[in-house]
Parts: sequence; structure tokens; C-alpha cells
Amino acid sequence: MGEAALARMPKEKVVALAGNPNSGKTSIFNDLTGSRQHVGNWPGVTVEKKEGKAIYQEQILKIIDLPGTYSLGAYSEDELIARNFILFDHPDAVINVVDATNLERNLYLTLQLLEMGAKVVVALNMMDEAKKQGLDIKVDKLSSLLGVPIVPTVATRQEGIKELLAEAAKMVLKNPPSPLALNYGREIEGEINKLEALIGQDPFLTQRYPARWLAVKLLEGDERLQQELMENKKGSILAQLEKSRKALATVLGEEVEAVIAERRYGFINGIVKESVKRQKSLEERLTLSDRIDKIVTNRYLGLPVFLLLMWTVFQFTFKLGDPLVGVIEGAFESLNGVASNRLEAIGAPRLLISFLTDGIIGGLGSVLVFIPPIFLLFLAISILEDSGYMARAAYIMDRFMHALGLHGKSFLPLLIGFGCNVPGIMATRTLENRRDRLITILINPLMSCTARLPVYVLFAGAFFPAYQGWVIFSLYLLGVGLAILMGKLFKSVLFKGEVAPFVMELPPYRVPTLRGLFIHMWERGSCFVRKAGTIILGVVVLVWALSNLPPGVEYASPESFIGRIGSFLAPALAPAGFGTREAAAALIFGILAKEVVVGTLGVLYGVGEEGLSEVITQHFTPLSAYAFMVMTLIYVPCVATIAAIRRETNSWGWTAFAVGYSLVLGWVMAVLVFQMGRLIGTFLI
Amino acid sequence: MEGNLTLSALKPGTKGKITRIAAQGGLKRRLLDMGLVPGAEIVVEGVAPLGDPLEVKVRGYHLSLRKSEAANVWIEIEE
Repeated sequence: MGEAALARMPKEKVVALAGNPNSGKTSIFNDLTGSRQHVGNWPGVTVEKKEGKAIYQEQILKIIDLPGTYSLGAYSEDELIARNFILFDHPDAVINVVDATNLERNLYLTLQLLEMGAKVVVALNMMDEAKKQGLDIKVDKLSSLLGVPIVPTVATRQEGIKELLAEAAKMVLKNPPSPLALNYGREIEGEINKLEALIGQDPFLTQRYPARWLAVKLLEGDERLQQELMENKKGSILAQLEKSRKALATVLGEEVEAVIAERRYGFINGIVKESVKRQKSLEERLTLSDRIDKIVTNRYLGLPVFLLLMWTVFQFTFKLGDPLVGVIEGAFESLNGVASNRLEAIGAPRLLISFLTDGIIGGLGSVLVFIPPIFLLFLAISILEDSGYMARAAYIMDRFMHALGLHGKSFLPLLIGFGCNVPGIMATRTLENRRDRLITILINPLMSCTARLPVYVLFAGAFFPAYQGWVIFSLYLLGVGLAILMGKLFKSVLFKGEVAPFVMELPPYRVPTLRGLFIHMWERGSCFVRKAGTIILGVVVLVWALSNLPPGVEYASPESFIGRIGSFLAPALAPAGFGTREAAAALIFGILAKEVVVGTLGVLYGVGEEGLSEVITQHFTPLSAYAFMVMTLIYVPCVATIAAIRRETNSWGWTAFAVGYSLVLGWVMAVLVFQMGRLIGTFLI
Repeated sequence: MEGNLTLSALKPGTKGKITRIAAQGGLKRRLLDMGLVPGAEIVVEGVAPLGDPLEVKVRGYHLSLRKSEAANVWIEIEE
């Protein structure tokens, strides 16, 4: 397309979707965009960015789903992203999803959007529930009081979506309104005016921000904006700000930010009183949601119900998933067989056959085996989240998890980690706070997944036949213990001073919609295949190349690259008691998937898996065997886990850190076990 | 004394009016944003099975917060 033609094309109109968590924003997004969605990340952060397209009368609207927030301050990543998008990307319209059953708190965000001068259309969602609760909302009245168009919707039944789209399309064509100027009272207004006058003289600032909005935010003590002023040497404004805040603190007798929030809520309270009629009798009645809560968060029943549900999720994910994994593995094995037969028949070179079958087909297989547990887990998680139970799970477990330095919502991802760390890490999506999320991701690989079990079974069975169960159990305990320790360490060193209030809404219980569940499950599953899949496939091919090259070498023999790397690394493992080429190579292969350690040892000792427990007793002592198990537990997460970490942290830096710290920790622990064991041994003898 | 209690000290079922938010920084912002502003009515609904956090009702919705956080919310008990 030529430049002239491009210029004639109408610019794509952008509609942002803003709203509180649990307001039904995601349902509205799904309704508006259908299957035309794309999931990515906001640049540089772990927060997910969803985009989609909606079509209204041949006009294409690009819908950007902003993170769900209660406010537009600067204390959380989510809020900052939403706020910056509205300030700097100037969306052509903002659809603000408002929960009609929870008007007061939801309108707090609406008010802030209006104060920023955003072109707001309100989607008054969950109108059916509001009616059931006896709330009679005069939509026209509310609309005229707020000065914005309002469309009543029931997103779960796709009611009001066409009308909403029509209003948004209309709004897109309008000029931006002047920002709402709420009256904060004589004293505060006086200081706002002084600041606004100073800001108004500064073209750099007025270009970026609505002057009054900036003045109010500064009075509220917004650190982000103060810092920006400092960096840009706006000394006179900062000096005035300090004077104003001091003066107000004296006059008001309390801090300015509290008074400003109070005034906002006061304004909302007035609007709600004028536009909503409540039928007292209905409101006073215990809602169904309250009655469910009486059981689910009950002092005595709360924990058993929680544990039962977690157990169910675990069983659902793995017991139901494992047979499917088996089917996928079987299918890939036979595909492998067929492919290599065919290739041999046409006389393809041996190396090429091996590359296509062991490298490519094998690699694809190692990606696809994760699909059943990931899809099933996310189906279960969606049910827990959309029903409102996830918040209760956090409420019930927080005391315990907080003692470990974590958040109530960290429990499920860590539990799932015992099955497999990949879905475990992906389950950290439910944690809103960056710090809690990253810590839960970083320590997840220390939860001993089922893939490590074959290694324990082999070694514990060969060396500690009488105490096999205890030995294996001790490894699980060691993992949990280290996870707690590392969690505390990371919290106090890496995330020092980051605030993470728990303060969390307990949304009413709701029946999840099938459509919502399946979209969520599909998003997660397909995202894993696309993003993590390429990394996994890449590493599988790399390891294939290392074990088959240079050309002509026996698979993984001492002359192959991997054999040479093994011999090179072996001395480094000597202090841990297993400084052999075979052990080193097995650990490298273990990065593909931890259970591969067993198979590799079989190949390298030339015995296959049957004679292996016999052979290893000649190469390991009980002590070095235990050290080797400790190493297998801790050192470097498997490639799929690494890929999941990369995907979920959206950062190669954090991924490298996760790999690095676990490698160091694994080595240190293995050496510690071996050396301490030897020391104790000499004393005993 | 009335007006001299914090939210963390209240028994389930107690109703009160917020008089002051004593928290700082991010916690203060969060509490204010969630509607816990001076003058707002608040009811303690319950305590989690392990004794922490609390569940409260404010502005018609349910909210949970740790006792350490609730200790920053000063309350005046209503008769």
C-alpha cells in the first residue's frame, strides 16, 4: 500500500476497557471481541495484556483490556499501566465496566477516569443480580448525574452488548470532554488552584497531564509523579506542593489524601442515593452467597473444605491428565517408529533419521505432553476463580502462608508444583502482586515434582531398600524447607521495601459460564504451546545435537560433545561425591526432563533400566547416592519449567536468576550432604 | 473508650464508624481506595479459621484484611 493510500485509511480506533476486578470485565471483553483476541504482555512487566477487535457497522474498534483495578494510583503495576495507557495513549473511548450490585466502590474508579478527562461509556453490568437484590437503579438519572452514557448489561448472557458497542462507536467520534472538577471543599480547592496555576505555566507538564488532575494527584501524595517532577527539576511546583500539604494538614486536622478519598466517596454516595432505590426487606435478607460463606469459611469447616477442594484440583489435574499424557507419549512413540522405518526404507542417512525422530518428533512430543495437565488445571482454576472461591482459599490459607512469607494465594501453585512445576508456575497468574508472584515462581521448582520420583525410586531402592519411603520423604521435606528459606531470603533481599497489602475483596459467589471457562483454558493452554513450546523444542534439538555430534560418534559416548562436557564438568561434582562423566552427563540430560536422568544412566552404563539398580551400587556409595538425589531435586529446573518461568516472568533476567540460584543451591546442598556425611562417618568409626 | 479502638480489636458482629486511617504509604492508599475512609460504616463479619485475616463488610461488599493491617483502622463503636 502506498503512503497516500495509507494516509487515506481511517486511523484504527482504540477503545480501552477499564473496571474493578470481579466486575465482569473479562466477560464483556469476550462478548465484544468473540474469538478475535490476542494475549501478550505489557512491555517490560509480568502483567498480561489482552487485545481484541470488535466490529460495529463496518468500523473496526481495537479493544484493549486494561488490568482490573480499584483505583488509578501508582502503587501497583496494574494501576500504573491502566493510568498511563489512558494518559499517554489517549484511547478514543474508555468502556468502564461497573458492577451494578456494588455501585459505590465501582464508581470510585469511574470518578477517577472522569477526572482524567477520559471519554467514558459506562457498562452497568450484572443488572440481573442487582434486580434480584432489590436494587432499582434509575439508569437515566445516574447517567445525567455522572454526565456519561450508561448501558445496562448482563455480560454472562450477552445482554446489552450491541447497545454498548453502539455507544462506544459514538463516543469514539466525539471530542474529549473537559475533565470532571469535583469540589473538594474550600481549603483544598484553594491549594489546588495555586498548584494548577503553576502547572498551567509549564508546557512540558500541560502536554502530558490535565493540570487539575496533576494538582490533585500531587496533593494526594502520588510518589510516581513527585519523582517525575524532581527528575525534571520542577522545584517551584514541588516547593508549593510541600507548602500546600503542610497548610492543609493543619487546617483539615487529618491528612489530605484521606480527605480527598472521603470527598470522592461522599460525592458517589450522593449520586447513588439519588439514583438507586433499595427494597429494604430484600437487602437485609441473607443472600445465597452469604449462606454459602457461612459454611465455606466456617471456623471448623473452612479448612477441611479447602483441603478437600485442593485435593480435588490436584487429582483432577494429574489423575485425569496422566492417562492422556500416556496416550500422547504412545502416539509419538509410534509416530517415531513409523517415521524412522519410512526414512530407512528410502535410504536416508542415519544422522538425518535420528535428527528428525529423536530431535524434532521427540521435541514436539515433550511439548505436547504438558497439554493435558495444563488444560485441566486451568479449567479447575477458572472454576475456582470465576465462582469466587479463590479469594476464600487465600482468606483461609493466608495465616499459614503469611508465616512462611508468602500470600494465601501462593498455596495452590506450590501444591500443583508437587505434580509438575510447569502448571504450578503458570498457576501463579492468580497472584496479583508482583512480589508475591515472583517469589512463588522462583521457589516453585523446589516442590519435588513427580518427574523426579523415578530418580529417587531408583537410588533409594538400590541403596536404602529398608528405608526407601523415609529417604524419599526426606527429599520432599528438604525441598519444602529450602523453598521456605529461599522465599524469606528473596523477600528480604530482592524485594526489600516493596509493599504488598493483603486487603482483598471477597466477591460474591457466582456460577461460572462455560464460555468463560473454555476461553480461559484455551488461552492458557495455547499460550504455553506457542511461547514455551519453542524454547522446549529448541533445547531438545540442542541436546540431540550435543549427543550425536561430531558426526560418527556413538550416542552420548565419551567422544560426543555431551561426553566431553561431562568429562569436563565431572571434577566440579567431585566434592559432592559423584564426580564421574556419567553422572555429569545424566544431570545435563536431566534438564530435558528430570526422569531422563534414569534412562541416561542406563545408556551410559550400557545396561538399560533393568540392570541399573545393580550397576549403580558399583559407582555410588549410599552417601554419594543421597547427595546425587539432593542434586537432582534442586539443580536447574527442567527445560519446560524454565520455559514456563520465562513466559510468566516475561524476563530473561529472572529466568537466568531462577536457573542460576538453583544450580548453585543444588551444588552447595549436595556438597554439604556429602562432606557432612563423611565427617559424621569418620567420627562414628 | 469509644473512638479509641482499632478494627483488629473488634469481635465479629461489631458495627462501627471509621474515624481515622493511621497506615502509611501503599497500605493507606489501598485502604482509602477500597472505601475505608473516615466516616464509612464497617461491620466485622468474621475471622478466618486460623485466626487471621478478618472479614469485614463495608459499602455493601465483603473485604478481607490481615489483623496487622486492620490495626491501622481506628473505629468508633455505634451504640
